[in-house]
Amino acid sequence: MSLSAAPAHWRRMRERYRLLGSKCETCGNTFFPPTKVCPKCRRRGKITPIEFSGRGKVFSYTIIHAAPKMFEDYTPSTVAIVQLNEGPKVLSQLVDCEPDEIKIDMDVEVCFRKLFEQDRGGIISYGFKFRPLDTSWTKYYDEPRQAVDSQI
Amino acid sequence: MMKVGIVGYGAYIPKWRIKTENIARLWGQDPENIKSGLGVEEKSVPSIDEDTATIAVEAARNAMKRANGVKGNEIGAIYVGSESHPYAVKPTAVTVAEAVGLTPHVTAADTEFACKAATAGMQACLGLVKGGYLKYGMTIGADTAQSAPGDALEYTAAAGGAAFILGGDNILAEIEGTCSYTQDVPDFWRREGSLYPRHAGRFTGEPAYFEQVIKCSKALMETLGTCPDDYTYAVFHMPNTKFPLKAAGILGFEPKKVVTGLVVQKIGNTYSGSSLLGLAAVLDEARPGDRILMTSYGSGAGSDSFSINVTDQLEERKKLAPPVKYYVERRSYLSYSMYAKNRRLYRG
Amino acid sequence: MFKKRDVAIISASATKCGEHWDKGLKDLAWEAGVKAVEEAGISGKDIEYLVVGNMSGGMFVGQEHIGALVADFLGLNPIPSLRVEAACASGGMAFSQGYLAVASGLYDIVAVGGVEKMTDVEPEQATSVLSGAMDFEWEAYFGATFPGLYALIATRYLHEYKVKREALAEVAVKNHYHGSLNPLAHFRNKITVEDALTAPPVAEPLRKYDCSPISDGAAVAILAPLETARKYTDTPIIVRASVPASDTLSLLKRRDMCTMDATVNAANKAFSLAHIERKDVDVVEVHDCFTIAELLAIEDLGFCEKGEASKLYYEGQTYVGGTLPVNTDGGLKAAGHPVGATGVKQIVELVKQLRGEAEKGRQVSGAEIGLAHNVGGSGATAVVTILSRS
Repeated sequence: MSLSAAPAHWRRMRERYRLLGSKCETCGNTFFPPTKVCPKCRRRGKITPIEFSGRGKVFSYTIIHAAPKMFEDYTPSTVAIVQLNEGPKVLSQLVDCEPDEIKIDMDVEVCFRKLFEQDRGGIISYGFKFRPLDTSWTKYYDEPRQAVDSQI
Repeated sequence: MMKVGIVGYGAYIPKWRIKTENIARLWGQDPENIKSGLGVEEKSVPSIDEDTATIAVEAARNAMKRANGVKGNEIGAIYVGSESHPYAVKPTAVTVAEAVGLTPHVTAADTEFACKAATAGMQACLGLVKGGYLKYGMTIGADTAQSAPGDALEYTAAAGGAAFILGGDNILAEIEGTCSYTQDVPDFWRREGSLYPRHAGRFTGEPAYFEQVIKCSKALMETLGTCPDDYTYAVFHMPNTKFPLKAAGILGFEPKKVVTGLVVQKIGNTYSGSSLLGLAAVLDEARPGDRILMTSYGSGAGSDSFSINVTDQLEERKKLAPPVKYYVERRSYLSYSMYAKNRRLYRG
Repeated sequence: MFKKRDVAIISASATKCGEHWDKGLKDLAWEAGVKAVEEAGISGKDIEYLVVGNMSGGMFVGQEHIGALVADFLGLNPIPSLRVEAACASGGMAFSQGYLAVASGLYDIVAVGGVEKMTDVEPEQATSVLSGAMDFEWEAYFGATFPGLYALIATRYLHEYKVKREALAEVAVKNHYHGSLNPLAHFRNKITVEDALTAPPVAEPLRKYDCSPISDGAAVAILAPLETARKYTDTPIIVRASVPASDTLSLLKRRDMCTMDATVNAANKAFSLAHIERKDVDVVEVHDCFTIAELLAIEDLGFCEKGEASKLYYEGQTYVGGTLPVNTDGGLKAAGHPVGATGVKQIVELVKQLRGEAEKGRQVSGAEIGLAHNVGGSGATAVVTILSRS
């Protein structure tokens, strides 16, 4: 398949944008990408849609120096296998961090980024990437509020 | 009369920054001169895989968190205002709608009016909600502003955005009134096919920015019967630090009322995100009963003014997503060459 | 109901692997085919069925219909000719199907070939073509490359089993050493551990010497029923088993990222069919597309416990002369990796070893039983073949 094929980009767009997968109500396993049949329960499995939380841990990672065509702008890029908290593994880039900050089992959260562009005139493909989980922002709400009287 | 207002709001600013002095040194200019002239120390730069759509989605997701329970399929409109839409034809709004789960029963469109594109969308949402056409509407202002290397705009053209969900219930801050002031003024423009905008230098000040911002703000206050003393905060579009403070002075708002929203100092001018990020920064701090005046400005030219009253629902719900301050302080610095690679300046 | 009959290899030949600017896909297939036919002392007319392994004639040289192409250019029309594709396991898979054809009794003389012409396109393009072996939608689409996938396995493996990076370097050094003694190898230079550790990074922790090259090449083996094999050669090599197995296409769905279940399953079945134990094997050709793959292979084939392979390498046991010589021709790393041909090239090397015909310095003395292991993609296909001297 050529990466310029519009239908191919569109077909899995929703899963890429929102981490939509499946859950088998019969055995409790979750799957990404979505599946119509549970590999364990087969026809006995009751499949329902699920939107993953976007939280997970780094299962493995690498820094790719020799980029394939279409990813040249992103070289070198950090690619990781992230195990979502719900169970399934996904592969994507790790962003907003330096390579030496990455460790296996590090907590990460999903973000929305460009995956690639065909060329300056072609379709832009968007999807999920992951960044280190940072919950430090909650501390700003504990700080005393900036008084309206403060000087510039 | 039905009350309408802000039901959720969210901000997003990319992590990267470039310092004013790095740019100044490259072009052989005096960094201290530039910094004091514009009042901007550094500006935000998008990652190579970020653009207006990705920034809009991050801001929209934060807005959904604060809307606390509003589901994607309850939001019936989405408008994205920007000067740097990734496509000239194919709206950013549909990508955001898909990514946030608003599709398919939603009206969507992109708006353009230089830096005030998003506030036009806000007015549209207010009308649709008040008219009973939909329960909630979403507006996003986001930009990864372009500037020609070596041009004065290079010091301030930055990246960021904010999203607002408007509706008639679960209101965090009520919008008690809005008005606009619009004229054809060629102060700053970008032709179709041109990579970078052009501007008319000092002409962008008095007859453009100040004329619209001042007249619009005055018109709103007259209609509502309010005056500067009735407002706790004032947010004006921020091309730099000087303009909004000067506008405040002319209108009679003390500097202390403007400072909270003055994000431009640390991150530069986020164009369509500018006044909205200022408003978000104010909401992060505001208390119940505070009144806010926000006036946007878009070159070409025009302003939209809003008078906003904070309810007691803001206190707890603001804590559901990161404040603007978090995004401002979360930063890493780039050299000019890395900045040029990110912004694809080498491709011309 | 028919009884499966024993099958032997009567000849096996390969081209040198490398950048053959002057040879196209047809030329490579012809060169290996002619040598094999002559060595067997048969005429092309004696061949009844042709199976060809080729991963992507279409994307490398714009040519599909490879089965027909090779049959035509080897002068074999009108026999049936089947092209088999299983990514980098195309050759091994082709061999298993050729074996099946003779074992079934439906065909007597069957030629199995593998051919790949990779250097007509630029390296970035070749890398893209190889990405077809992974899950395009969820791996390649998100920025994975082949070195990237194996690097992800390596990072996890080194972390889980507390193995040092040097173990990977030892694999590369050994393969280059064996390759230096093999006139058909793509690379004939020896390297040191230091060279391997400081080479330019490709996908960390994998560096230049951890990755097999892009090569052109072809290999052909001719099969016959064992009962008539001595008509053609004094040293027929018996195929004791040739077993393919599959696993999930995507690395993301594997049961254990550091184990290729396809290898484990194929090996267990092959050893069982061959009535042989691991300790009986004298020489092994494994699929070292990347150095980490060789460590995994030794473990998954059952020669040692999971996580323990590096010990054999530090002790030098996998060199010719050690307790378990591995990749005596230089493996994929030094001998080359013309994708569709590799599986058959491994058979060619084993036949040489079992006949005592390998070059001085790299002949395993008294080799009686050999095992070939060919993998497709990041482990979605594995083929394990066991051969013995009759």
